[in-house]
Amino acid sequence: MSYLSDIYNGIKTLLTGMSVTGKYFLNSRKGAITQQYPDNRDTLKMFERFRGEVVMPHDENNEHSCTGCQKCELACPNGSIEIIWDRVIDENTGKKKKIIDQHIYHFGMCTQCGLCVDACPSDAIKWAQNFENSVYDRTQLTRVLNQPGSKVRAGVEE
Amino acid sequence: MNTLININNLFLSIIPAEITGLPKMAMIALIYLGIFAVLGLYLVLLERKVAAWFQLRLGPNRVGYHGLLQTMADALKLVSKELTGTVKADKFLYNLAPYFVIITSLMALGIFPFTQKLQAYDLNIGLFFLIAISSIGVIGILLGGWSSNNKFSLIGAMRSGVQTISYELSVGLSLLTMVLLTQSLQLSEIVEVQKNGWLIVQGHIPAIIAFMVFMIAGTAETNRAPFDMVEAESELGAGFHTEYSGMKFAYFFLAEFINMFIIAAIATTVFFGGWLSPFGVTESIPWLGVFWFLAKTFILVFLMMWFRWTFPRLRVDQLLTLEWKYLLPINLVNIVIMAVIVWLNLSIQF
Ligand code: SF4
Ligand code: SF4
Repeated sequence: MSYLSDIYNGIKTLLTGMSVTGKYFLNSRKGAITQQYPDNRDTLKMFERFRGEVVMPHDENNEHSCTGCQKCELACPNGSIEIIWDRVIDENTGKKKKIIDQHIYHFGMCTQCGLCVDACPSDAIKWAQNFENSVYDRTQLTRVLNQPGSKVRAGVEE
Repeated sequence: MNTLININNLFLSIIPAEITGLPKMAMIALIYLGIFAVLGLYLVLLERKVAAWFQLRLGPNRVGYHGLLQTMADALKLVSKELTGTVKADKFLYNLAPYFVIITSLMALGIFPFTQKLQAYDLNIGLFFLIAISSIGVIGILLGGWSSNNKFSLIGAMRSGVQTISYELSVGLSLLTMVLLTQSLQLSEIVEVQKNGWLIVQGHIPAIIAFMVFMIAGTAETNRAPFDMVEAESELGAGFHTEYSGMKFAYFFLAEFINMFIIAAIATTVFFGGWLSPFGVTESIPWLGVFWFLAKTFILVFLMMWFRWTFPRLRVDQLLTLEWKYLLPINLVNIVIMAVIVWLNLSIQF
């Protein structure tokens, strides 16, 4: 008896599958879910979760929130991040404090795993959604994320 | 009826009257070859478009209007490619294999009645010829796999042997079920019988079962997904044609699509009344038969594409289980039922 029910179930599940793809086929008229790149190059906006490259946002006062804690450097599995840091005396408290000199990001080595962004305690780095990242010389892929002359935003502590 | 265009005459009028016998046959063959090479290319395009629609993509849309010339461009590219091969290949068999495959599939096309008059050769054992021809094609695959001297090719070819030998049986038996109704193997005769209703209606339940079995086994015969173990990309590279390039690869590729057309055309002829129009609506315009034949065939081709883009690939043991434990017993029982129906005159006739 299980022989016949096997056949019945087999046919039923096959038809279920076919109805699913059949619905897709009928809905394909409404337009493709794929992006028509490069036709829509000017208007194409990548979605929020897209991992283009790691950037460090700066506000209008040229301030970022990276404290130089190096947690991202430690988190990176392939050494794509190098932090060159320094110690300065904090003017307000008079204590010594760590600041970044350069937050160097080797985009050419980065696997877009996102561990650095997750590791950052002060949300100083995030993902940008750009995607046309090819260059003619790979040295251009080594980027300094903090802008020249920028400093850490007041109140952001390690 | 005489005033209407007789497609066959039109067809033959291209050939000058003084040419007869062998040269005439050769010319008909050339015309067929031309038509079906183009048809094969457009089947490839159709497959890609249908696949795209099933996956909510656009498919080829760059070359020509909506990509209509895409496969032409692909064919040109394949023709201009260098023919590479393996050093240790068995050169003679290696070069022979693609022709085996393409010639057998083109041979089968010759006997289909596209309409009442348009049939290159009306064999009186038509169905038998089709079944026989489709098993010769697999020899080409076996040769190709064997002579390539590549383990993936060999495994692919052996799988193809296993698959075709098993499913041959189901194709044959399901067609035999219908032959019980038509009492003839001649394709024109089979269509003639269906003037009293298509065989799928005449034979009702056993005919529907036979049709389902035929479609499953036919898909397996053409080595298409979900039965594409022969060229399972994820396991075997490209299977038996791994070592082929350029035009020789194109022959295999084209043959696969023409075979799909053949399976659909057999199903059309045997189950859906060939060139007969539904309910005889266009009976007074005989040349519309071509349209009906192609329309039915393409619906079945679409069905096979639907299978391909829905079902995952079977394992080899599942493939054999399906054939020997399910399709074959069902088929045998079905033949007996059909025999009883024919004996007791239970078939539905209009
Ligand atoms: S995304 Fe991953 S690989 Fe890239 S820099 Fe961050 S941790 Fe390193
Ligand atoms: S980017 Fe974040 S984790 Fe990396 S050093 Fe700056 S504050 Fe620390």
